[in-house]
Amino acid sequence: MNLLITNARVVDPSQDLDAKLDLLIEEGSITRVDKKLKANVETFDAGGLVVVPGFIDLHTHLREPGQEHKETIASGTMAAVAGGYTAVCAMANTVPPNDERAVTEMVLAEAARHGACRVYPIGAVSKGLKGEAMAELAELHAAGCVAVSDDGNPVYNAQLMRRALEYCSMLGIPVIAHEEDANLNEGGVMHEGFYSTLLGMGGIPAASEETLVARDVILAKATGGHLHVAHASTVGAMDAVRHARRSGVKVTCEVTPHHIALTDESVQSFSTWLKMNPPLRSADHRDAILEAIADGTVDAIATDHAPHHFDEKNVEFDLAPFGVIGLETAFGVCYERLVRAKVIKLPRLIDLLSSGPARVFNLPGGTLREGSLGDITILDLDARYEVTNTFRSKASNSPFIGETLHGRVVATIVGGVVRFDGRAVAEPAKRSRKKP
Amino acid sequence: MRTQSSALRSKDLLGIEPLTPEEITLILDTAEGFKEVSERPVKKVPALRGQLVINLFMEASTRTRVSFEIAEKRLSADTLNFAASGSSVEKGETLIDTAENLMAMHPDMIVIRHKHPGAPKMLADRLPASIINAGDGAHEHPTQALLDAFTIRERLGRLQGVNVSIIGDIAHSRVVRSNIHLLTKMKANVTLASPPSLMPAEIEKMGVRVVHSLDEALEGADVVMMLRIQLERQGKLSLPSLREYYNTFGLTPERLRRANEGALVMHPGPMNRGVEIASDVADGPYSVILEQVTNGVAVRMAVLYLLAGGHLVE
Repeated sequence: MNLLITNARVVDPSQDLDAKLDLLIEEGSITRVDKKLKANVETFDAGGLVVVPGFIDLHTHLREPGQEHKETIASGTMAAVAGGYTAVCAMANTVPPNDERAVTEMVLAEAARHGACRVYPIGAVSKGLKGEAMAELAELHAAGCVAVSDDGNPVYNAQLMRRALEYCSMLGIPVIAHEEDANLNEGGVMHEGFYSTLLGMGGIPAASEETLVARDVILAKATGGHLHVAHASTVGAMDAVRHARRSGVKVTCEVTPHHIALTDESVQSFSTWLKMNPPLRSADHRDAILEAIADGTVDAIATDHAPHHFDEKNVEFDLAPFGVIGLETAFGVCYERLVRAKVIKLPRLIDLLSSGPARVFNLPGGTLREGSLGDITILDLDARYEVTNTFRSKASNSPFIGETLHGRVVATIVGGVVRFDGRAVAEPAKRSRKKP
Repeated sequence: MRTQSSALRSKDLLGIEPLTPEEITLILDTAEGFKEVSERPVKKVPALRGQLVINLFMEASTRTRVSFEIAEKRLSADTLNFAASGSSVEKGETLIDTAENLMAMHPDMIVIRHKHPGAPKMLADRLPASIINAGDGAHEHPTQALLDAFTIRERLGRLQGVNVSIIGDIAHSRVVRSNIHLLTKMKANVTLASPPSLMPAEIEKMGVRVVHSLDEALEGADVVMMLRIQLERQGKLSLPSLREYYNTFGLTPERLRRANEGALVMHPGPMNRGVEIASDVADGPYSVILEQVTNGVAVRMAVLYLLAGGHLVE
């Protein structure tokens, strides 16, 4: 629980810090941040490396309980620490869903036993994720849920969304909205645009996301509740969030690494590794995401880590489940596409991965201030590597296999304990299966 | 100097999009030679003797399945027809498992019709056999576009500069996509017409003119290609009624007069008489609909022959 990190470049956006410093962690908390610290404890020489507050993922599907063939709390949190995450927020769409405290408690107990990082459960908005009756939100919150969401299922009933926003304002937690009016999709499997036309595939228009974002920012304004827009992916979603926030509405949003890095053009390969919801959008939408990241509209980068079994994805594009994994590639992809591509500077990226998420869900961490959690990520910005199918996640449905990236997670420290050490850990055996 | 292709580059025919104009010309020229075979008393050549072709039809088909089978038989191939119903597909076997099991019996080619776009590519990426796309969802139907082009070229003597108007359910049609690829590669002028609710997003970027009026589409057309209204593929939200569709976009003898003198009337079938086309037009003097079917056999013989490694014999 005690650790001294020396010779580090410390980047902490929560206090506008970017300096060469040492850090001392005692009893799981950061006790000193200063020059040339000395202590008779285990020492991590971070010469040439960058030390940042541990990453926090607002949107992770750990699949446990119920779909352990895709991922477990153990494997998902192993993937998380390998990606620099010291905490993940576990989405409610498990089997059974996290719509009552027994499930929340089971997730927390399993995380305490087998989790490599902190796990913050997200409760369901509605019983059974059915969009009909409100779940017992106060009890879910009391049991440890940090937010509520029917993620995967949009809340179609405007009255339910309105009441949930009202009710959660009492609890001080956000309602996370998966914004999609599936009536507009007609069996859509990819972004509706030139490429869906070219490929003859059913389209998911930007409007299906934007119409519900527009409705929900109006409801957030009317109720004073906190709306958090999950995986925002379109020009109109960004505009609606930006406009609403300017007029004082309590609305935040996250974007995913795959929407930052990829566009619908790549779906021409018909690879089901590129199928997720919201879908990869066209370049104009991707550019709007980059603009919103640069101008501060985006609060957090969240992975929407959605593991699926190989067999489930090894089918026709139309039949494959939506979702890609993202925990282990998020930093490299974002460092490559945002910092090296000069969209933003490193401290802003760290803010989006760490301090920002902590702020949005009011979580501990996201800072290296003395007295805060000893949750720390250590990065090598110069490392250049090819993404290979050697994930700690049970799943391998990553759209980034084969990409060359810069910026590697060297170590992840949770509560002062090194949970991932990329200096020494042997790579797991390569799986030979070709991606669909 | 333009080089003349004498063989196809790929082992598969997944669509028209990957083909070069030279490859398209090669297939059409080869088909001309094969058309004559069907007119002989003994309608058979030994080109594919000893080769096994599996026709994997996972979706209903009359014309295409029969046409492929005839083409295979006229080339002396061994053929096997496989339909989804009555097979292990009904027991939940995946497409890849089905295909790999068929592959274990060493077919040389697999002709696949499937309702999901990209299914032929899935097989082509995994199997050593030549894969021929006989229609995948609303993506491509390359042999249909080739037989359409063969028919136009035979009747009008060229493809370049020909004004082709395609009218109907553009959104759900694989035929239209393959035809757009083929006709634009061969420098024909393509006009699409349908109500906006049946026109897919940004299709004009494929290099076509888009109109929403039948009369506008017919004006100056050398070829009028009608598409079936695929009622089974849409809810009731894209069109009010078949009656209204016929009154606004149905091709009648009166409206056809706006097209150029002697304009060809084409339809890939199956037709809905009285919906997109009046019987007087379908059976009329300018209709080449049954010629399309005849030419389909020759074009498919050419595709099978060339993919098997055959060359154009001058």
